[in-house]
Amino acid sequence: MPDKVKHTLDPNKWISQYADYLYNYAITRVDGQEIAKDLVQETFFSGIKGKDNYRGDAAELTWLVSILKRKIIDHYRKINSAKGQKEVRMSFYDEGQKKGNWIEERVPQSWGNEAEKEIENTELKNALDACINKLPEKYRMVFLLKTVQQYETEEICNELDITPSNLWVIIHRARLQLRICMENNWFKN
Amino acid sequence: MKFMINCDEATAICDKSQYGEATLYDKIRLSFHLLVCKYCKTYSKQNNLMSQLFGKHLSPCDGSEKLTKEEKLELENKLQKELKGK
Repeated sequence: MPDKVKHTLDPNKWISQYADYLYNYAITRVDGQEIAKDLVQETFFSGIKGKDNYRGDAAELTWLVSILKRKIIDHYRKINSAKGQKEVRMSFYDEGQKKGNWIEERVPQSWGNEAEKEIENTELKNALDACINKLPEKYRMVFLLKTVQQYETEEICNELDITPSNLWVIIHRARLQLRICMENNWFKN
Repeated sequence: MKFMINCDEATAICDKSQYGEATLYDKIRLSFHLLVCKYCKTYSKQNNLMSQLFGKHLSPCDGSEKLTKEEKLELENKLQKELKGK
């Protein structure tokens, strides 16, 4: 094995080389293009501020991604503490004799026999997108990373600094919410 | 871990199993619960359909999202300013 290659930083090339990659990385994890753009910009700024600390162990892009990851986690901390965030309603009684039982109005209703035939429908995709966008941002992200991007549980937990049981609670609540949203806006009609 | 589970726990296992990550014991407990609970049985059936829907209609990010030329130029300008400010 040759000696480890020392990497160097060249901020003048960052935009042309990495902006799209970082933007894509951000947009799968946050809600909206503007936020993704801001996070990419902040990442580059932090990169410039911190470039004297760069030791050349990791490739330039890897190093920038690690900055972006921290920006995304900070972003979540911020929105989690913000007021007026979207809420996930409870589907089960959380105390008393009925603890863990379905709350009557949240009980799954029949979708009829037509439901399965309809999954090709393009309007259905819009209904689904609308329901996903109603999820609180953290739920939306964890759900999409796991379900669509198909990340390993461990990977998501490391990235977001949560435990596997946190992750499954989030997935559980997100799916309950999506199910009832689709029921009310699509299947019941 | 107790064998009898409530609806909240049953549907949580059902969700986990959609990703192939429920344990064998979980799946046994879930199957037993589904024998006695028609609500969760409905949930379970619909949950499978939801997974099909997600697979059909949600595609992973394929790197196709791009910043526009204008956005990149704007970013470039800000970055250059920041670099000179050092």
